Amino acid sequence: MKTDENVVKVGIADMSYCKAPKKIRTSGLGSCVGVVLYDLSKQIAGLAHVMLPDSNLAKGKTMHKAKFADTAIVTLIRLLESKGVSQKQLKAKIAGGAQMFTFHTKNDHMRIGPRNVEAVKKALQRYAIPLVSEDVGGTSGRTIEFNPETGILLVRTVNKGMKEI
Amino acid sequence: MVNKETLNQTALDVLKEVGNIGAGNAATALSKLVKKRLQMKVPSVQVVTFNEMMEMVGGPDESVAAIFLQIEGDLKGNMFFVLPIEQASLFVRQLTGSVKFSFQEPPYSDIALSAFQEMGNIVAGSYLSALSDLLQIQVVPTVPDVGIDMFGAIISYGLLEISKESDYAIVIDTEIIESYSNHQSESPIKGHFFLMPDTDSYRYILTKLGVATK
Repeated sequence: MKTDENVVKVGIADMSYCKAPKKIRTSGLGSCVGVVLYDLSKQIAGLAHVMLPDSNLAKGKTMHKAKFADTAIVTLIRLLESKGVSQKQLKAKIAGGAQMFTFHTKNDHMRIGPRNVEAVKKALQRYAIPLVSEDVGGTSGRTIEFNPETGILLVRTVNKGMKEI
Repeated sequence: MVNKETLNQTALDVLKEVGNIGAGNAATALSKLVKKRLQMKVPSVQVVTFNEMMEMVGGPDESVAAIFLQIEGDLKGNMFFVLPIEQASLFVRQLTGSVKFSFQEPPYSDIALSAFQEMGNIVAGSYLSALSDLLQIQVVPTVPDVGIDMFGAIISYGLLEISKESDYAIVIDTEIIESYSNHQSESPIKGHFFLMPDTDSYRYILTKLGVATK
Protein backbone atom coordinates (compact mmCIF):
# COMPACT_ATOMS: atom_id res chain seq x y z
CA MET A 1 0.00 0.00 0.00
CA LYS A 2 1.74 3.09 -1.19
CA THR A 3 1.11 6.72 -0.52
CA ASP A 4 -1.54 7.87 -2.88
CA GLU A 5 -3.55 11.05 -3.36
CA ASN A 6 -6.61 8.93 -3.91
CA VAL A 7 -6.52 7.51 -0.44
CA VAL A 8 -8.19 9.22 2.49
CA LYS A 9 -6.16 8.55 5.61
CA VAL A 10 -7.76 8.18 8.99
CA GLY A 11 -5.67 8.66 12.14
CA ILE A 12 -6.02 7.01 15.52
CA ALA A 13 -9.18 7.99 17.43
CA ASP A 14 -10.43 9.65 14.28
CA MET A 15 -12.94 9.06 11.48
CA SER A 16 -13.58 10.12 7.93
CA TYR A 17 -15.37 9.04 4.74
CA CYS A 18 -14.70 8.71 1.04
CA LYS A 19 -16.47 8.18 -2.28
CA ALA A 20 -15.24 6.07 -5.19
CA PRO A 21 -12.79 6.24 -6.91
CA LYS A 22 -11.10 7.22 -3.65
CA LYS A 23 -10.23 4.64 -1.05
CA ILE A 24 -9.98 5.01 2.70
CA ARG A 25 -7.23 3.71 4.94
CA THR A 26 -6.04 3.53 8.52
CA SER A 27 -2.61 2.30 9.61
CA GLY A 28 -1.10 0.52 12.58
CA LEU A 29 -4.17 -0.97 14.25
CA GLY A 30 -3.06 -2.90 17.31
CA SER A 31 -5.67 -3.29 20.01
CA CYS A 32 -7.65 -0.63 18.16
CA VAL A 33 -10.45 -1.62 15.79
CA GLY A 34 -11.02 -0.19 12.33
CA VAL A 35 -14.73 -0.03 11.57
CA VAL A 36 -15.88 0.44 7.97
CA LEU A 37 -19.49 1.32 7.26
CA TYR A 38 -20.36 1.40 3.57
CA ASP A 39 -23.12 1.65 1.01
CA LEU A 40 -22.09 -0.16 -2.17
CA SER A 41 -24.94 1.29 -4.26
CA LYS A 42 -23.76 4.81 -3.49
CA GLN A 43 -20.08 3.76 -3.44
CA ILE A 44 -19.44 5.61 -0.24
CA ALA A 45 -17.70 4.44 2.91
CA GLY A 46 -16.85 5.76 6.36
CA LEU A 47 -14.02 4.53 8.57
CA ALA A 48 -13.44 4.98 12.30
CA HIS A 49 -10.25 4.04 14.21
CA VAL A 50 -11.61 3.05 17.63
CA MET A 51 -9.28 2.95 20.67
CA LEU A 52 -11.47 2.12 23.65
CA PRO A 53 -14.71 0.16 24.14
CA ASP A 54 -16.86 2.59 26.06
CA SER A 55 -17.17 6.36 26.45
CA ASN A 56 -17.91 5.76 30.14
CA LEU A 57 -14.17 5.20 30.49
CA ALA A 58 -13.59 8.86 29.72
CA LYS A 59 -12.35 10.82 32.72
CA GLY A 60 -12.34 14.25 31.20
CA LYS A 61 -14.15 15.83 28.32
CA THR A 62 -12.33 14.39 25.40
CA MET A 63 -13.52 15.56 22.05
CA HIS A 64 -12.88 12.70 19.70
CA LYS A 65 -16.09 10.73 19.34
CA ALA A 66 -14.22 8.17 17.22
CA LYS A 67 -12.11 7.19 20.22
CA PHE A 68 -14.83 5.04 21.81
CA ALA A 69 -16.75 2.19 20.17
CA ASP A 70 -20.18 3.32 21.35
CA THR A 71 -19.87 6.94 20.28
CA ALA A 72 -17.86 6.18 17.13
CA ILE A 73 -20.50 4.02 15.44
CA VAL A 74 -23.38 6.43 15.92
CA THR A 75 -21.28 9.43 14.89
CA LEU A 76 -20.07 7.60 11.79
CA ILE A 77 -23.66 6.72 10.86
CA ARG A 78 -24.68 10.38 11.21
CA LEU A 79 -21.68 11.47 9.15
CA LEU A 80 -22.69 9.11 6.32
CA GLU A 81 -26.33 10.15 6.57
CA SER A 82 -25.25 13.75 6.10
CA LYS A 83 -23.68 12.57 2.81
CA GLY A 84 -27.00 11.17 1.64
CA VAL A 85 -26.71 7.55 2.78
CA SER A 86 -29.57 5.81 4.55
CA GLN A 87 -28.73 3.88 7.71
CA LYS A 88 -30.72 0.93 6.35
CA GLN A 89 -28.35 0.58 3.40
CA LEU A 90 -25.23 0.43 5.53
CA LYS A 91 -23.12 -2.68 5.93
CA ALA A 92 -20.02 -3.13 8.06
CA LYS A 93 -16.59 -4.72 7.91
CA ILE A 94 -14.19 -4.61 10.82
CA ALA A 95 -10.54 -5.45 11.50
CA GLY A 96 -8.12 -5.11 14.42
CA GLY A 97 -8.54 -5.80 18.12
CA ALA A 98 -5.32 -7.75 18.46
CA GLN A 99 -3.63 -8.62 21.71
CA MET A 100 -0.12 -7.36 21.03
CA PHE A 101 1.23 -7.95 24.51
CA THR A 102 0.58 -10.73 26.94
CA PHE A 103 1.90 -9.81 30.36
CA HIS A 104 -0.42 -9.45 33.28
CA THR A 105 -0.87 -6.20 35.08
CA LYS A 106 -3.30 -4.78 37.55
CA ASN A 107 -5.24 -2.93 34.92
CA ASP A 108 -7.02 -4.70 32.12
CA HIS A 109 -5.46 -2.90 29.19
CA MET A 110 -3.89 -6.07 27.93
CA ARG A 111 -7.31 -7.42 27.02
CA ILE A 112 -8.39 -4.19 25.43
CA GLY A 113 -8.34 -5.60 21.86
CA PRO A 114 -11.00 -8.28 22.39
CA ARG A 115 -13.07 -5.84 24.46
CA ASN A 116 -12.96 -3.30 21.64
CA VAL A 117 -14.18 -5.93 19.18
CA GLU A 118 -17.07 -6.94 21.46
CA ALA A 119 -18.09 -3.32 21.97
CA VAL A 120 -18.00 -2.56 18.24
CA LYS A 121 -20.15 -5.60 17.45
CA LYS A 122 -22.63 -4.63 20.13
CA ALA A 123 -22.91 -1.11 18.75
CA LEU A 124 -23.41 -2.46 15.20
CA GLN A 125 -26.21 -4.70 16.47
CA ARG A 126 -27.85 -1.80 18.24
CA TYR A 127 -28.13 0.06 14.94
CA ALA A 128 -29.00 -3.12 13.00
CA ILE A 129 -26.02 -2.86 10.69
CA PRO A 130 -25.04 -6.26 9.27
CA LEU A 131 -21.42 -7.26 9.83
CA VAL A 132 -20.36 -8.72 6.48
CA SER A 133 -16.83 -9.80 7.37
CA GLU A 134 -14.17 -9.39 10.00
CA ASP A 135 -10.49 -10.01 10.61
CA VAL A 136 -10.08 -9.56 14.34
CA GLY A 137 -8.05 -10.78 17.30
CA GLY A 138 -4.70 -12.51 17.01
CA THR A 139 -1.43 -10.91 18.00
CA SER A 140 -0.51 -8.86 14.92
CA GLY A 141 -0.90 -5.23 14.00
CA ARG A 142 -2.94 -4.40 10.90
CA THR A 143 -3.20 -1.72 8.26
CA ILE A 144 -6.48 -1.66 6.38
CA GLU A 145 -7.76 -0.08 3.19
CA PHE A 146 -11.32 -0.10 1.93
CA ASN A 147 -12.47 0.34 -1.62
CA PRO A 148 -16.08 1.64 -1.73
CA GLU A 149 -16.38 0.65 -5.40
CA THR A 150 -15.83 -3.08 -4.80
CA GLY A 151 -16.60 -3.37 -1.10
CA ILE A 152 -13.27 -5.10 -0.56
CA LEU A 153 -11.32 -4.50 2.63
CA LEU A 154 -7.62 -5.07 2.22
CA VAL A 155 -5.83 -6.13 5.41
CA ARG A 156 -2.05 -5.99 5.68
CA THR A 157 0.00 -7.44 8.53
CA VAL A 158 3.77 -7.30 8.94
CA ASN A 159 4.40 -11.00 8.52
CA LYS A 160 1.36 -12.52 6.90
CA GLY A 161 1.14 -10.21 3.92
CA MET A 162 -2.13 -8.98 2.44
CA LYS A 163 -5.56 -10.47 2.49
CA GLU A 164 -8.97 -9.40 1.30
CA ILE A 165 -12.09 -9.68 3.35
CA MET B 1 -6.36 18.03 30.83
CA VAL B 2 -3.13 18.13 28.92
CA ASN B 3 -2.86 20.36 25.88
CA LYS B 4 -0.22 22.14 23.87
CA GLU B 5 0.04 24.93 26.45
CA THR B 6 0.51 22.61 29.40
CA LEU B 7 4.27 22.82 29.66
CA ASN B 8 6.16 26.03 30.20
CA GLN B 9 9.85 26.38 29.44
CA THR B 10 11.00 25.47 32.95
CA ALA B 11 8.86 22.35 32.98
CA LEU B 12 10.19 21.35 29.56
CA ASP B 13 13.76 21.81 30.72
CA VAL B 14 13.18 19.74 33.83
CA LEU B 15 11.59 16.88 31.88
CA LYS B 16 14.43 17.03 29.39
CA GLU B 17 16.85 16.58 32.23
CA VAL B 18 14.83 13.60 33.45
CA GLY B 19 15.21 12.06 29.97
CA ASN B 20 18.86 12.97 29.90
CA ILE B 21 19.70 11.24 33.14
CA GLY B 22 17.50 8.22 32.51
CA ALA B 23 18.53 7.58 28.92
CA GLY B 24 22.16 8.39 29.72
CA ASN B 25 22.22 5.62 32.25
CA ALA B 26 20.40 3.29 29.88
CA ALA B 27 22.74 4.04 26.98
CA THR B 28 25.73 3.23 29.19
CA ALA B 29 24.18 -0.09 30.17
CA LEU B 30 23.35 -0.93 26.56
CA SER B 31 26.76 0.11 25.40
CA LYS B 32 28.41 -2.31 27.82
CA LEU B 33 26.01 -5.05 26.85
CA VAL B 34 26.57 -4.89 23.10
CA LYS B 35 30.13 -3.57 23.27
CA LYS B 36 29.46 -0.56 21.09
CA ARG B 37 30.11 3.06 21.71
CA LEU B 38 26.78 4.76 21.87
CA GLN B 39 25.84 8.35 22.01
CA MET B 40 22.56 9.92 22.88
CA LYS B 41 20.99 12.99 21.47
CA VAL B 42 19.49 15.74 23.58
CA PRO B 43 16.08 14.47 24.63
CA SER B 44 13.04 16.06 23.12
CA VAL B 45 10.05 16.67 25.31
CA GLN B 46 6.85 17.23 23.45
CA VAL B 47 3.16 17.48 23.98
CA VAL B 48 1.83 15.61 20.96
CA THR B 49 -1.49 14.58 19.50
CA PHE B 50 -1.92 10.83 19.18
CA ASN B 51 -1.36 11.07 15.45
CA GLU B 52 1.85 13.00 15.92
CA MET B 53 2.92 10.24 18.30
CA MET B 54 2.21 7.63 15.61
CA GLU B 55 4.49 9.50 13.20
CA MET B 56 7.50 9.59 15.52
CA VAL B 57 9.40 6.58 14.20
CA GLY B 58 8.71 6.62 10.48
CA GLY B 59 4.92 6.36 10.73
CA PRO B 60 2.38 3.86 12.07
CA ASP B 61 3.19 1.26 9.39
CA GLU B 62 6.90 1.10 10.15
CA SER B 63 8.07 -2.33 11.34
CA VAL B 64 9.96 -2.08 14.61
CA ALA B 65 11.20 -4.22 17.46
CA ALA B 66 10.09 -2.81 20.78
CA ILE B 67 10.35 -3.40 24.48
CA PHE B 68 7.31 -2.25 26.35
CA LEU B 69 6.86 -1.94 30.06
CA GLN B 70 4.41 -0.29 32.32
CA ILE B 71 5.48 1.67 35.33
CA GLU B 72 3.70 1.47 38.61
CA GLY B 73 4.40 2.88 42.04
CA ASP B 74 4.75 6.61 42.73
CA LEU B 75 5.30 7.27 39.06
CA LYS B 76 2.87 5.73 36.60
CA GLY B 77 3.17 5.55 32.88
CA ASN B 78 4.59 3.59 29.99
CA MET B 79 8.03 3.12 28.64
CA PHE B 80 9.13 1.90 25.22
CA PHE B 81 12.52 1.13 23.77
CA VAL B 82 12.10 1.04 20.01
CA LEU B 83 14.64 -0.23 17.51
CA PRO B 84 14.65 -0.93 13.79
CA ILE B 85 14.18 -4.69 13.31
CA GLU B 86 17.58 -5.11 11.69
CA GLN B 87 19.20 -3.44 14.69
CA ALA B 88 17.39 -5.59 17.23
CA SER B 89 18.46 -8.70 15.31
CA LEU B 90 22.05 -7.52 15.37
CA PHE B 91 21.96 -6.94 19.12
CA VAL B 92 20.50 -10.36 19.73
CA ARG B 93 23.12 -12.02 17.56
CA GLN B 94 25.77 -10.23 19.58
CA LEU B 95 24.23 -11.14 22.91
CA THR B 96 23.73 -14.79 22.12
CA GLY B 97 26.77 -15.31 19.95
CA SER B 98 24.56 -16.98 17.38
CA VAL B 99 24.69 -15.71 13.83
CA LYS B 100 21.39 -17.15 12.74
CA PHE B 101 18.93 -15.16 14.85
CA SER B 102 16.80 -12.62 13.10
CA PHE B 103 13.52 -10.82 13.75
CA GLN B 104 12.86 -10.38 10.04
CA GLU B 105 10.41 -13.23 9.87
CA PRO B 106 8.62 -15.43 12.39
CA PRO B 107 8.75 -17.88 13.99
CA TYR B 108 11.26 -16.13 16.23
CA SER B 109 13.35 -18.40 18.38
CA ASP B 110 12.56 -18.38 22.08
CA ILE B 111 16.19 -17.73 22.90
CA ALA B 112 16.32 -14.71 20.62
CA LEU B 113 13.13 -13.31 22.11
CA SER B 114 14.23 -13.81 25.67
CA ALA B 115 17.67 -12.33 24.95
CA PHE B 116 15.97 -9.28 23.50
CA GLN B 117 13.60 -9.12 26.44
CA GLU B 118 16.49 -9.37 28.89
CA MET B 119 18.32 -6.62 27.06
CA GLY B 120 15.19 -4.52 27.41
CA ASN B 121 14.98 -5.38 31.07
CA ILE B 122 18.51 -4.21 31.74
CA VAL B 123 18.30 -1.11 29.62
CA ALA B 124 14.89 0.04 30.80
CA GLY B 125 15.82 -0.87 34.37
CA SER B 126 18.83 1.45 34.14
CA TYR B 127 16.68 4.25 32.81
CA LEU B 128 14.16 3.87 35.59
CA SER B 129 16.58 3.39 38.46
CA ALA B 130 18.30 6.64 37.48
CA LEU B 131 14.89 8.24 37.53
CA SER B 132 14.08 6.76 40.88
CA ASP B 133 17.36 8.06 42.35
CA LEU B 134 16.86 11.51 40.89
CA LEU B 135 13.32 11.88 42.09
CA GLN B 136 13.70 9.90 45.31
CA ILE B 137 10.61 7.89 44.51
CA GLN B 138 9.55 4.30 44.05
CA VAL B 139 9.44 3.26 40.43
CA VAL B 140 8.11 -0.25 39.89
CA PRO B 141 8.31 -1.52 36.32
CA THR B 142 6.38 -4.55 35.09
CA VAL B 143 8.22 -7.40 33.39
CA PRO B 144 9.00 -6.06 29.93
CA ASP B 145 7.15 -7.45 26.95
CA VAL B 146 8.49 -7.70 23.44
CA GLY B 147 6.62 -6.56 20.36
CA ILE B 148 7.85 -6.97 16.81
CA ASP B 149 5.30 -5.31 14.64
CA MET B 150 3.99 -2.01 13.27
CA PHE B 151 5.05 1.01 15.31
CA GLY B 152 1.50 2.34 15.50
CA ALA B 153 0.10 -0.95 16.76
CA ILE B 154 2.71 -1.05 19.51
CA ILE B 155 2.87 2.57 20.65
CA SER B 156 -0.93 2.83 20.88
CA TYR B 157 -0.73 0.79 24.08
CA GLY B 158 1.11 3.72 25.64
CA LEU B 159 -1.79 5.99 24.76
CA LEU B 160 -4.64 3.92 26.21
CA GLU B 161 -4.58 5.24 29.75
CA ILE B 162 -3.87 8.81 28.68
CA SER B 163 -6.64 8.69 26.08
CA LYS B 164 -9.28 8.36 28.79
CA GLU B 165 -8.75 11.95 29.78
CA SER B 166 -6.88 13.68 27.04
CA ASP B 167 -6.23 13.87 23.33
CA TYR B 168 -2.59 14.74 23.91
CA ALA B 169 0.35 12.85 25.37
CA ILE B 170 3.53 14.10 26.94
CA VAL B 171 6.46 12.17 25.58
CA ILE B 172 10.10 12.30 26.57
CA ASP B 173 11.95 10.96 23.54
CA THR B 174 15.66 10.22 23.61
CA GLU B 175 17.44 8.93 20.56
CA ILE B 176 20.64 6.90 20.76
CA ILE B 177 23.08 6.49 17.90
CA GLU B 178 26.38 4.78 17.39
CA SER B 179 29.07 7.34 18.08
CA TYR B 180 31.67 6.55 15.46
CA SER B 181 29.35 5.78 12.62
CA ASN B 182 30.10 8.35 9.93
CA HIS B 183 29.34 6.29 6.86
CA GLN B 184 26.41 8.05 5.29
CA SER B 185 25.42 4.99 3.30
CA GLU B 186 25.20 2.64 6.25
CA SER B 187 22.45 3.17 8.72
CA PRO B 188 23.88 3.64 12.20
CA ILE B 189 22.40 2.19 15.37
CA LYS B 190 19.30 4.13 16.05
CA GLY B 191 16.99 3.56 18.95
CA HIS B 192 14.40 5.55 20.80
CA PHE B 193 13.46 5.60 24.45
CA PHE B 194 9.96 6.86 24.97
CA LEU B 195 8.86 7.71 28.47
CA MET B 196 5.18 8.56 28.63
CA PRO B 197 4.10 9.51 32.14
CA ASP B 198 0.38 9.41 32.91
CA THR B 199 -1.20 12.81 33.35
CA ASP B 200 -1.03 12.85 37.13
CA SER B 201 2.50 11.53 37.12
CA TYR B 202 4.11 14.24 35.07
CA ARG B 203 2.66 16.77 37.50
CA TYR B 204 4.09 14.67 40.30
CA ILE B 205 7.54 14.63 38.68
CA LEU B 206 7.49 18.39 38.25
CA THR B 207 6.31 19.03 41.78
CA LYS B 208 9.01 16.72 43.10
CA LEU B 209 11.59 18.76 41.24
CA GLY B 210 10.20 22.05 42.44
CA VAL B 211 8.38 23.22 39.34
CA ALA B 212 4.86 24.55 39.73
CA THR B 213 2.30 23.19 37.30
CA LYS B 214 -0.95 24.51 35.99
